[in-house]
Amino acid sequence: MFKILKYSFYDLLRSRWSYVYLGFYLLLGFVLLFLNQDLSKAVITLMNVIIVLVPLIATILGVMYFYNSREFTTLLLAQPLRRSRIFLGQYLGVAGSLSLSLVLGLGLPFALYGLFRSGAIWDFSLLLLTGVFLNLIFTALAFLVALANDNRIKGFGYAVLLWLFLAVIYDGLFLLSLILLEEYPLDTFALGASLLNPIDLSRTLILLKLDISALLGYTGAVFKSFFGTSLGLVISLGVLLLWTVLPTGLMLRKARSKDF
Amino acid sequence: MIHIENLHKKFGRNPVLEGVELSIAGSGIHAILGPNGSGKTTLIKSILGMVCPDRGSIHLDGTPIRGEWAYRNRMGYLPQIAEFPSNLAVAELFRMIADLRQQEGQAWPLIERFGLQPFMDKKLGTLSGGTRQKVNLVLTFMFDAPLYILDEPTSGLDPRAMIALKTLIRERKSSGALFLITTHIMPLVEELADNVIYLLEGRVYFEGSLEQLYHHTGENHVEPAIAAIAEQTHV
Ligand SMILES: Nc1ncnc2c1ncn2[C@@H]1O[C@H](COP(=O)(O)OP(=O)(O)OP(=O)(O)O)[C@@H](O)[C@H]1O
Ligand SMILES: [Mg+2]
Repeated sequence: MFKILKYSFYDLLRSRWSYVYLGFYLLLGFVLLFLNQDLSKAVITLMNVIIVLVPLIATILGVMYFYNSREFTTLLLAQPLRRSRIFLGQYLGVAGSLSLSLVLGLGLPFALYGLFRSGAIWDFSLLLLTGVFLNLIFTALAFLVALANDNRIKGFGYAVLLWLFLAVIYDGLFLLSLILLEEYPLDTFALGASLLNPIDLSRTLILLKLDISALLGYTGAVFKSFFGTSLGLVISLGVLLLWTVLPTGLMLRKARSKDF
Repeated sequence: MIHIENLHKKFGRNPVLEGVELSIAGSGIHAILGPNGSGKTTLIKSILGMVCPDRGSIHLDGTPIRGEWAYRNRMGYLPQIAEFPSNLAVAELFRMIADLRQQEGQAWPLIERFGLQPFMDKKLGTLSGGTRQKVNLVLTFMFDAPLYILDEPTSGLDPRAMIALKTLIRERKSSGALFLITTHIMPLVEELADNVIYLLEGRVYFEGSLEQLYHHTGENHVEPAIAAIAEQTHV
């Protein structure tokens, strides 16, 4: 599996996409620091960007890599290699290279700005960790969608729709249901709603850590009052982990019965 | 060595294999014949575990292959359509596959046989069809195996490469390898095959030696004999 991971990873390093993303994150980091002139404020702006863009980038690159590496995959399938290892290796190669771009691209500007001597380092680290989780989650979802659709255009469309749903539509639906439900005991509903969406969950997780109640929103506030800050952090990290393992497992299951 | 029982495979609503029964043992060259779309590639990919059959079983040396992977160490497979990562150079591909299989491949003698030396640093995406097929052949034969499965091995080859390929097949056969070969080139079947397997409408329609095929049809060449079999099914 590590050999396959290695080849996928190198393959991506040789393609210009990794550098485009690295460049993008570098630029983002510098611009945010320049505009905010303050590490902890920059962290908050960064959160809003990461939570929406990291999933989008992982979705697009995941689908693209899957379809473009079809030849590599069929070549590997004829070799004495385990099917699950082939797909797990490629998946980790993509998610790994995305995460490397993220960590390097944002880490570098913040480190230069004196991150290591600032109190924001833990908030920043958690932000990056959440970004890595989002990479893992959305790459797995992208692979899953691509495995289920031989037609590239359809696969691409469904994957982007999935992102759109989780990043944008979900919140709208949630607000709408709050208005419609009114008297209904909303707390458990809100709690469930925030756990069922990895993007919402990531936002809650980071805001809990930053301890900014004003930005938490309704779900976040319920989350906090229900679990408290430290238990809330542990639980949201745990559920994020679950959100990583579940799509990956589904993806491997789908791969097991696919014809090539 | 290979034992296939009641193999069924549908793609969507299209039934391709409908109860294939096949038993092949020992060494020698077995030609899998059949019209376009009769399921030859599907059968081969089922043996390789790339296509998952709906029903039935495939045993290799007595063990079912379902869910297994290590058995592919014991076979060399030549796909009908060579698919390579296009941004990789030829030499890199050979090195990568040897590295992934953790086996020393014997690529050089084959590279020389097929005259691939000038192409070693070329990207796979830029090669001509016939040259790709030669790369495909080196990849298949660079590891010694008791079983070789070749799906249309001659497609795109020039006469020189064709002779090199036939010599190679004969050599490996005489050192005891078993071959499954699909082809539409009947003279090749006459020249090489010990046994013919004719696939039609999802089943093995005829199986036997060349003599049996001639006897069965009253012809003395493969081409008319196969045509005669195909005729019988339309009556
Ligand atoms: N992955 C797939 N998805 C859907 N249908 C498929 C797939 N692979 C093969 N088929 C269908 O299965 C049938 C048999 O195809 P197969 O490639 O096994 O034929 P073949 O005997 O190898 O033909 P040829 O002589 O042209 O190589 C065809 O109708 C083909 O369209
Ligand atoms: Mg075929």
